[in-house]
Amino acid sequence: MGLTQPEGEAGTEVSSMSPNWVTTRLDALANWSRANSLWPMPFGTACCAIEFMATAASRYDLARFGMERMSFSPRQADVLICAGRLPFKLAPVIRKVWDQMMQPKWAISMGACASSGGIFDTYTMVQGIDTIIPVDVYVPGCPPRPEGLIYGIQLLQKKIKGESFLDPDLRQEHMVGPEGLFLPARKIDEVSEPFGNSVHQTRSA
Amino acid sequence: MGEATVSPSVAALRTRFGGAILRHQVSCGDTIVYVPAARAHEILAWLKDDPGQRFNYLTDITAVEYRDAERPLEVVWQLRSLARKADLRLKVELDKTAPLVVDSVFDLWKGADWLEREVFDMFGISFTGHPDLRRILMWETYAEGFPLRKDFPLRGHFSRAEQTRQALAANPEAHYSLEELSIAAAYDELPADMKDRLAHGERGRVK
Repeated sequence: MGLTQPEGEAGTEVSSMSPNWVTTRLDALANWSRANSLWPMPFGTACCAIEFMATAASRYDLARFGMERMSFSPRQADVLICAGRLPFKLAPVIRKVWDQMMQPKWAISMGACASSGGIFDTYTMVQGIDTIIPVDVYVPGCPPRPEGLIYGIQLLQKKIKGESFLDPDLRQEHMVGPEGLFLPARKIDEVSEPFGNSVHQTRSA
Repeated sequence: MGEATVSPSVAALRTRFGGAILRHQVSCGDTIVYVPAARAHEILAWLKDDPGQRFNYLTDITAVEYRDAERPLEVVWQLRSLARKADLRLKVELDKTAPLVVDSVFDLWKGADWLEREVFDMFGISFTGHPDLRRILMWETYAEGFPLRKDFPLRGHFSRAEQTRQALAANPEAHYSLEELSIAAAYDELPADMKDRLAHGERGRVK
């Protein structure tokens, strides 16, 4: 059993062909490896999740970008992808999932509803998941095509490659504050105002 | 719509209950019967158990509030007889100025459980005799009112910040605990026939 060296062949010595050491910046090395081995935590709530599945399936093959493995446990995930609308009932759930994810972590808001509430300017719907958790990349579309999501992921990879250990804010956790909100109340009201095709109505209507 | 399309159940109802059948109409081929709220349970029980009616399947319970403020709220029971392949719709009108209360039909059809909870959640109509009347779609601490009522603004009563604050303060696990969802934990409270089925499996009984 086992491999034996054939008679008369010395084999190839790697060291004779290339140097077996390189120099690089630690930043660049860490960022390069992080950007190319992102494990997504899929938080699929609606039709965007179908496009997300298409992105992960063979035709678009998310594995090409180091996302071979979906992480269905938040504790092993690097990037949370919220694919679909987020009702208020799910807000504490996505917040808990986000809090359970370990640094370094990033979030992608996929589609119009996750990014802004979309057409659902109603009593049930969070008007953009950035009022619940911090978001790194917004992917527009209703739903976005897989190319759109892949472009968003590539933007995130670009962002990761530009990160620096020296940035003191980089790994800061943005928790829910003492007033029970992630963002200041004034800011939430401002970003949740009706816009575009939203129903124009007063609060008393 | 001719009189020919009226469900024969209407004539039977008028014979049995007389003046308690307020009026009937045919809409899109479906027969709608209006009854007083106080008699609804009695009439529904008769429709279910009478050998000539046998409306043994409760398709849906819902409610309607019309845009016209002076029109009353309606509670709707959609019935079907699986054996006779016949449908009937029963309606009750509720005055909006009085307490919105009707009798639960949970004792007639067990499937009424979640249907009545949904009507309660969305319209605020109480069902007397329901074993577990609490919100079903909105979370149980939801304090903004009843969303499908016409006086409910589309974006809700509270500001977005307040809605977000209340949502983040909610603890879903407190209400939908694993204990509540566990069949094993509820085993002792199950009826005897269900315990038997769980113990032996139903496969051998299906012919």
